[in-house]
Amino acid sequence: MSYLATLTRTRIQLAMRNKMFFFFSAVFPLGMFFLYAGIFAKGDPQKVSYFLGPVIAFNVMGSFWGLSAALVMFREQGILRRFHVTPVTATDMLASSLLANFVLTLPTISLELFLARFVFHVPSFGNLFSLAVLVTVGTVSFGSLGLVVASVTNTMQETQVLNQLIWLPLIFLSGATFPLAYLPNSIQHFGLFLPATYLVTALQSALYESFPVWKLLVQVLALAFFVSSQLFRWEPEAKIPRNAKLWALATALPFLLLGTWENTNGDILKQAQTAFHSLDRPASSDQPPRNNQ
Amino acid sequence: MPTSILQVENLVKRYGDVEAVRGVSFNVEEGEVFGLLGPNGAGKTTTVEILEGLRDPDGGRVSVCGLDPQRESAALKHEIGAALQSTSLPDKLRVMEALRLFASFYKRGRKPEELLKRFGLEEKRNTFYSQLSGGQKQRLALAMALVNDPRVLFFDEPTAGLDPQVRREIYDIIEELRRERKTILMTTHYIEEAERLCDRVAIVDQGKVIALGTPRELKAYSGGSTRIEVRLSKPESNGALKNLEGVADAREIDGTYVLHSKRPPQAIVSLVKHLEAEGNELVSLEISSPSLEDVFIEVTGRRLRD
Repeated sequence: MSYLATLTRTRIQLAMRNKMFFFFSAVFPLGMFFLYAGIFAKGDPQKVSYFLGPVIAFNVMGSFWGLSAALVMFREQGILRRFHVTPVTATDMLASSLLANFVLTLPTISLELFLARFVFHVPSFGNLFSLAVLVTVGTVSFGSLGLVVASVTNTMQETQVLNQLIWLPLIFLSGATFPLAYLPNSIQHFGLFLPATYLVTALQSALYESFPVWKLLVQVLALAFFVSSQLFRWEPEAKIPRNAKLWALATALPFLLLGTWENTNGDILKQAQTAFHSLDRPASSDQPPRNNQ
Repeated sequence: MPTSILQVENLVKRYGDVEAVRGVSFNVEEGEVFGLLGPNGAGKTTTVEILEGLRDPDGGRVSVCGLDPQRESAALKHEIGAALQSTSLPDKLRVMEALRLFASFYKRGRKPEELLKRFGLEEKRNTFYSQLSGGQKQRLALAMALVNDPRVLFFDEPTAGLDPQVRREIYDIIEELRRERKTILMTTHYIEEAERLCDRVAIVDQGKVIALGTPRELKAYSGGSTRIEVRLSKPESNGALKNLEGVADAREIDGTYVLHSKRPPQAIVSLVKHLEAEGNELVSLEISSPSLEDVFIEVTGRRLRD
């Protein structure tokens, strides 16, 4: 397993030499940060802190695109075959994708937290440990979901299409782009089936207090990693096993169950609404002292 | 008798309805350069990829360094080195990084620095893979096959698609490895490559070994005779040509007549006389010393390169 480190390091180097990857993992998320913090939150520390949840969720979820798509390209170009004649295993290839993705996410998130603290004067990030756990487990889980897509598609083009189909609902219907409480009621209920919703709410809660969603993500991670290692193909012409798509759907199962449960018993929607509406109150109570100055 | 380092017995591989390998058998001894010679689609690559543990056979038995590539592939991969066909490396990977990365996968190995020097890639050490020429890419592929100082090397079509000068560079490298008594299994569809580099050659066609031996033995198989290839302005019967003085054998292949002769001057004189008498004319005439191609033609009735 010692070569997992060298493999991961190489994957990181290659990603950093890829301009597209750099744009989507650094430039784009930072742009989002300034959009939310500067424009939506108007620099108000309380609101910036609220929007940090979705912003960090965006970074974490970005690993869904990350290096799993690179694996499809590697397979198409016959690069994976070269690794296949070495002692490197499918698990090593997948794990190096996830690890490299995780490492590549950290600088941007750190920079965002730094900016939030020192430029936008966010007083506290709540439970930093929970935040670290959520970012770690979240990055690796969403990365694994990307690996599952990579293992049920044949070409880069197919991967891109399927990724978009999954990605758009994830970012628009989960509270990552627009606050959940702001969306139409029916969509809020649909959002409860998306992993992204739990990540966003959990990150928002972690910024205030701890939240045990990471346990769920760990399960998804384990399941998705297992599925993608079972479906891993080295050869460009290798066929997808017939039951692969069923396997892939299995990774959605935990969220189907959770979504159903949350829709009938849960209080995530209520929480989200309370958090969203609480934004107005502190802001208005801040008003008089400011006027006095 | 010591057991061979590579053993292939009655190997069968099917892709759907197509039988790509139909009962191939051969052994390779330690320190030998063994060539699989045959046209594209003969089943050479499939055979090699089964030995490398990349594909599972449908029948037969193979053993590499005493290991079963199917069941003991993890152990096997430490023992073998390979330059594959239709493979690549990431565009933005530098030469030295590639060697270091692949060296890190193995328990034992040669120093990447040393390989860089040996394969003439020192000046290219920091060059991206995408910026290498075809010959440099191939030299890197061969260098990478050696990073673990393997017991057996697999070179699949090591010179395919390279221009003649670069091809000779690769020959030099393989000849040097041969002098070091490295065990190499290589595939090729170039006759001169097999003749020049291999200690023994198996000629493969349509998934079967059709002849096996040293290049010298194989050439003797075709009678050790000179080949005279002629094109005529009017068709001629094989029988008439075969009966000419000095001609051992004659056959027609795609409009060209291939004669074999142990006494070429005699054969040509009698051929020209015969044609004059028949009112026929020579369009072209080519003489070549016996080669492995003749063996191929002898057995299959087709040319190696169609």
